[in-house]
Amino acid sequence: MRVRAQIGMVLNLDKCIGCHTCSVTCKNVWTSRDGVEYAWFNNVETKPGLGYPTDWENQKRWNGGWVRTRSGKLQPKQGAKWRILANIFANPSLPEIDDYYEPFDFDHDHLKSAPEMEAFPTARPYSKITGERIEKIQKGPNWEEILGGEFEKRSQDYNFEGVQKEIYGQYENTFMMYLPRLCEHCLNPACAASCPSGAIYKREEDGIVLIDQDKCRGWRMCVSGCPYKKVYYNWSTGKSEKCTLCYPRIESGNPTVCSETCVGRIRYLGVMLYDADKIEAAANVPDEKRLYDAQLDVFLDPNDPVVIETARADGIPEDWIKAAQNSPVWKMAMDWKVAFPLHPEYRTLPMVWYIPPLSPIQNAAEAGKLGAGTMPNVRDLRIPVRYLANMLTAGDEAPVVSALERMMAMRAYMRAKTVDGVIDEGIAARVGLSGRTIEDMFRIMSIADYEDRFVIPTTHREEVENAYDIRTGEGFTDCNSCSTGTSKGSLFGKPKRPLNMAEAMK
Amino acid sequence: MHDFIFGIYPYIALAVLLIGSVARYERDPFTWKSSSSQLLRRRQLILGSILFHAGVLTIFVGHFFGLLTPLWLLEALHIPHEAKQIIAMAVGGIAGVMALAGGLILLHRRTADPRIRATSNPMDTAILAILDLQLMLGLSTIFVSARHIDGSEMVKFMEWAQGIFTLDPNAASYTAGASAIFQAHVFLGLTIFVLFPFSRLVHIVSGFAAPLRYMLTRTGWQIVRTRRRAALPTHAGPARRPHAAPVPAARPITKPAE
Repeated sequence: MRVRAQIGMVLNLDKCIGCHTCSVTCKNVWTSRDGVEYAWFNNVETKPGLGYPTDWENQKRWNGGWVRTRSGKLQPKQGAKWRILANIFANPSLPEIDDYYEPFDFDHDHLKSAPEMEAFPTARPYSKITGERIEKIQKGPNWEEILGGEFEKRSQDYNFEGVQKEIYGQYENTFMMYLPRLCEHCLNPACAASCPSGAIYKREEDGIVLIDQDKCRGWRMCVSGCPYKKVYYNWSTGKSEKCTLCYPRIESGNPTVCSETCVGRIRYLGVMLYDADKIEAAANVPDEKRLYDAQLDVFLDPNDPVVIETARADGIPEDWIKAAQNSPVWKMAMDWKVAFPLHPEYRTLPMVWYIPPLSPIQNAAEAGKLGAGTMPNVRDLRIPVRYLANMLTAGDEAPVVSALERMMAMRAYMRAKTVDGVIDEGIAARVGLSGRTIEDMFRIMSIADYEDRFVIPTTHREEVENAYDIRTGEGFTDCNSCSTGTSKGSLFGKPKRPLNMAEAMK
Repeated sequence: MHDFIFGIYPYIALAVLLIGSVARYERDPFTWKSSSSQLLRRRQLILGSILFHAGVLTIFVGHFFGLLTPLWLLEALHIPHEAKQIIAMAVGGIAGVMALAGGLILLHRRTADPRIRATSNPMDTAILAILDLQLMLGLSTIFVSARHIDGSEMVKFMEWAQGIFTLDPNAASYTAGASAIFQAHVFLGLTIFVLFPFSRLVHIVSGFAAPLRYMLTRTGWQIVRTRRRAALPTHAGPARRPHAAPVPAARPITKPAE
């Protein structure tokens, strides 16, 4: 057993209202620069839909993630190391920027500079790459917002696998949900494995996966290697960039920007202890449907005295162990089993987990099946269980059904308690929980107080580093380890376009 | 002038190449990259880039061994200059045509495609044009060589190149009577050396280094970075104490049994 700690995230999709505040605040902080206008470290998709970049879940097309070879070896779907190297000149699996969207802005200046004329002046779109006018915007970062576009196209969604999807195109039967996505900070990251330069690494102390901007050479294998398409190639700097889990904030005990600003309070951050020795076996389970269970098996119970002792010996600080014991991620993923990894079949052991959304019980209600006190069948929910299972458990419906039933039981129990004034242990018992656990679930998942959502211990840099040595560290500045925030070119070149900085920043 | 270009300029070029590259790697690693534009436009790149790189790599290996294999070694191995000349012309010719075709596709893409044109540095376009020009010069030397099928022209440049590396003060004189096309080809080649540290060509170094590291020294797939000053002892190592379940300490009975 080799104990390591990781900051994990859970998103409660049942509460996501699709407001995109997470995406916008993330954008403002991290990708409001040249070269990554098209990149959204965090984006929110309306499902069912093809998503961003288009069709990202179709690994037959993009070759992301891992595969178990016929001989039982685990290797990136892109191929063995020599195959990856052979594609270094032209990566056949790399999306083009049009698969995301051509970044654009509107010619706002024209509104005030236009001469006097008959027609009202308009701000027409132009490309942020070429500066040329775009006659018709073909795609954007959220092109399918609230089921935008025809069902014909959206129904190509990979998660419809095994679902009789035709009826969901009918207006009466349509369903939708939001899916906020960010880097999964996987336990078995395919991006890091695909990088020939060795620039992508996982941090031992908190599991955050980062790209060393000085070591990245722009071979682009990570972009195609990541099955979630959450590594972005900056066309201006020629380096790959990705979500950093806002590590400067995490290190100081603050939640990520997307979590902090989440209006629906759907995001949770907490420590998970895991056994690094079990990762390879867990990612290499032959049956895809067993991958979810295998990942649960990698996590270590922070209340187990053996685990605590081993964690201490492995250098996990005391407050991290304490945080793991209070981790909301542990509670939802392990105790209550209501949160699931996104596409475990990619074999990356992702660490951003999702609570599936409940949906209206339209058909059952119409059939008059909804009496007082009875629990509706989750298979009557508008969103087909199989659809959620394809997304969260590689198609295994049982865990998703159990999670949805527990969430419905939580509602029924709390309704009985607060409306009828009755404590009905029977409701809890039917889903294998106790009334006390359900009230705990209610506190964490529904009330979701700030300190219950974010249990983040600070990083103990003082134990391993001299703060003076790291005084000029920074994020993405398009410059070479400089601290001035400007990016003048040097003898060895400059960014394709100079970084536009406010005058005061220079 | 001839003495300068073939006697002194090679040393200037090599010095700039070496010192410039080391300085850039050391001082400005952020700019060390391949500057791929595949994301912006896939069309033309797949064909152009593969043709160009496959051709250029073949030519690179050919030039490296063709010029720097010591003459005595060739004699010892009984490889006649004539055979070497014919192999060089055939392999170099095919690879050269591939590289030039790819290079021209890439140059067209870089100058005609609005996205690529808008995001190119002047150096990106210049170095590609220079490489294409160099490929044309190199291919035209085949016609010169065809008139010297005995390899005499080639041997002049072998002696010169090896003279440069053995610090032979008479190195420049070996190429004195050589064809102007050959001389221009060598001059432009040396100029490319000079431009190397200041252009995207530096990615060639990474292109050779990355596979070595990726294939040979990186065991497994993942990279984990630690902040610890000293690595934790591994389980196999003797330093680590075994992880047994902590034995609950026998609690002293404070309360006398009643």
